[in-house]
Amino acid sequence: MEMTEATLTMQSARRGRVDPHRSMRAYDADADLMLLHFGPQHPSTHGVFRMDLHLDGEIIVKATPYVGYLHRAVEKLCERLTYVQQTPVVDKNDYVSPMTNEQALTMAFEKLLGVEVPRRARWMRTLFAELQRIASHLLWLGTFALDLGGALGGGSTLFLHCFRERELILDLFEEVTGARFHYNTHLIGGNRHDLPAGFAPKVHAALSVIESRLAEYEVLSLDNGIFKMRSRGVGVLDGELALELGVTGPNLRASGVDHDLRRDAPYGAYDELAVNVVTAQGGDCFARTQVRFGELRESIRLARAAIDGMPEGPICGHKPIRQPGQAKATSGQVYVGIETPRGELGTFVVGGGDTPTCPYRLKIRPPSLHALSALPYILPGATVSDAVAILGSLDPIMGEADR
Amino acid sequence: MSALGHGALYGAVLIAVMLSTVAVGIWFERKFAGRMQSRLGPTIVGPMGLLQPLADVVKLLQKEDIIPAGADRALFNLAPVLATIFSLGVAAVLPLSPRMIAADLDIGVVYMLAVGGLMVVPTFMAGWASNNKFALLGGMRAVAQSISYGVPLVLAVLVPVILSGSLSLAGIVRWQSEHHWFALWPVIPGLPAFALYFMAMLAEANRIPFDIPEAESELVAGVTTEYTGAKFTLFYLAEYVHTLVGSAIGAALFFGGWDGPFAPGLHWMVAKTLALFVVVYWVRWTLLRLRSDQLMELCWKWLTPIGVALVLFAAAWVQFAPQGAL
Repeated sequence: MEMTEATLTMQSARRGRVDPHRSMRAYDADADLMLLHFGPQHPSTHGVFRMDLHLDGEIIVKATPYVGYLHRAVEKLCERLTYVQQTPVVDKNDYVSPMTNEQALTMAFEKLLGVEVPRRARWMRTLFAELQRIASHLLWLGTFALDLGGALGGGSTLFLHCFRERELILDLFEEVTGARFHYNTHLIGGNRHDLPAGFAPKVHAALSVIESRLAEYEVLSLDNGIFKMRSRGVGVLDGELALELGVTGPNLRASGVDHDLRRDAPYGAYDELAVNVVTAQGGDCFARTQVRFGELRESIRLARAAIDGMPEGPICGHKPIRQPGQAKATSGQVYVGIETPRGELGTFVVGGGDTPTCPYRLKIRPPSLHALSALPYILPGATVSDAVAILGSLDPIMGEADR
Repeated sequence: MSALGHGALYGAVLIAVMLSTVAVGIWFERKFAGRMQSRLGPTIVGPMGLLQPLADVVKLLQKEDIIPAGADRALFNLAPVLATIFSLGVAAVLPLSPRMIAADLDIGVVYMLAVGGLMVVPTFMAGWASNNKFALLGGMRAVAQSISYGVPLVLAVLVPVILSGSLSLAGIVRWQSEHHWFALWPVIPGLPAFALYFMAMLAEANRIPFDIPEAESELVAGVTTEYTGAKFTLFYLAEYVHTLVGSAIGAALFFGGWDGPFAPGLHWMVAKTLALFVVVYWVRWTLLRLRSDQLMELCWKWLTPIGVALVLFAAAWVQFAPQGAL
């Protein structure tokens, strides 16, 4: 059924919001707005994201986001590869948080194939996920500061300091997996690499360094007058709209919605580790920053608890699943969602088809794409400068949004 | 030697000195920023990377000179040249020492404000002539910002003019060396006036937190988006010279210029200028950027009224302060 313009306008009037579906003529009868192609080659579009902004002076009247510039057919590729071959492929989806990509995919396959995961492996995955969350949020803070302060100014100072601390986490991962970024450490039914000897003190040392420096970063961001001016009341996303659009993760929690899969649908070791969900009111860029700072602290606490309570035992099932013939599914479909640093990363797998060693269909639900879908609603009324801040505060990763 | 020949020679020397100071300034800024960001800065070219600015200039001059299709060629080519001329032009009235002043104009302050204020013309020219929407937005912001911040700049500069009773920069410095520095006494119009001058100078020279026209994370590179090679170098140079001259004028107006014990006047002037220059860098590599409407709000709601109050206070001080306090 075709939605007429009148229907859409009525809907938007009922909801009292910007309606991004209205035709341009409704805004700009005389066609005197400036159309600014913002991206895909722009320093602040976090990769290759593009927006068409209709500007009245510097005020955005209508914003149309375009995704797909980084489409690499990951889902199709996964349908052509056997179950055991896929972790290195999805590593590259959310290239700021590869660990959680692997985790989401492996958990879906385990559910489909009915494979049990030993307790130690679940705890290790939880430890990795929390460390990865710290690394990812640190990188977000740095790039958000770049968006607000410029690559040639105070923003880059915060950026490089955040990178310095993120390096500590990457060093830890390198020690476990041998890789700094694309780890390929999740196996169906367990983990590939065990923790090396003397790993726990190193985790504690890195976490204390990061924790002590978080206070400094707070002075440079949350306590900074210019940062407050640039982020308070900018890009307000109300909780109801966020839920409607499927926005999850810190962006949703910053809008006052208390939702976190780690607590609401526990997986890994979260049924044994209590997660304190950080929320903030306001739904603006400032609230999103507050939530991520809170999550950094919470993740440090969780990572400490995970390494302290790390159970002994095998990291993998009796017979590790490494050969394609070991992982076969002739039917069934599962959905698994986990809480990545950006929100709910869902993996939907349908087994069966012509080759039982490959999934028949694999669909990834990226949190970044849903966060970007809020842009047409929250950008109108903001300035070009705000557009950069709002986009940065949503923490989109285009590799994940476009797949 | 005739006055004209003397002026030309002096001008050539001054320009050479300014440009080499800028080159060393760029090296210093990169080292300074590197240390602030827990990295080393340039290390490869020359000892401690000292020749890095030279290598940068050579690299920039080798780049292809691109004039975008649909650009206004004449204005596009003229803008970087004008920017350099205007920024260097202000240096003519700098009182470097009691005897080293290229042009000791009676109305040096007015000249400085007028030529410095002209800087907005090439910036807007570049924004308009580039035929690029990002450049146009940058040019639009530059005009709004420069015109607005010209007001608090003039008000801040009026305070030492009123207190010393002279419109000549050398005269103001001479008065300070005979009496006291304006940043120190009288504290109330003096120190806030310096802060006001410093902020307005940052805004006029497009420095963070007021570098709205360039705003590389929003407008790619603002007005300089379409500029390459030698023309970009000229813009870059003009921006640095503008900051350097602004620091020197701040030192002359509020910190007694050449006045200081033990060392020759020139040394004091250079030391004070560079100290202010470092503060500019320090601010730049620490703070985030304001939004253009917030910049205007700051200017018209805070800086301008404060500036008017300071000027009135300075006038009252001159009129009513007891003789001993002056």
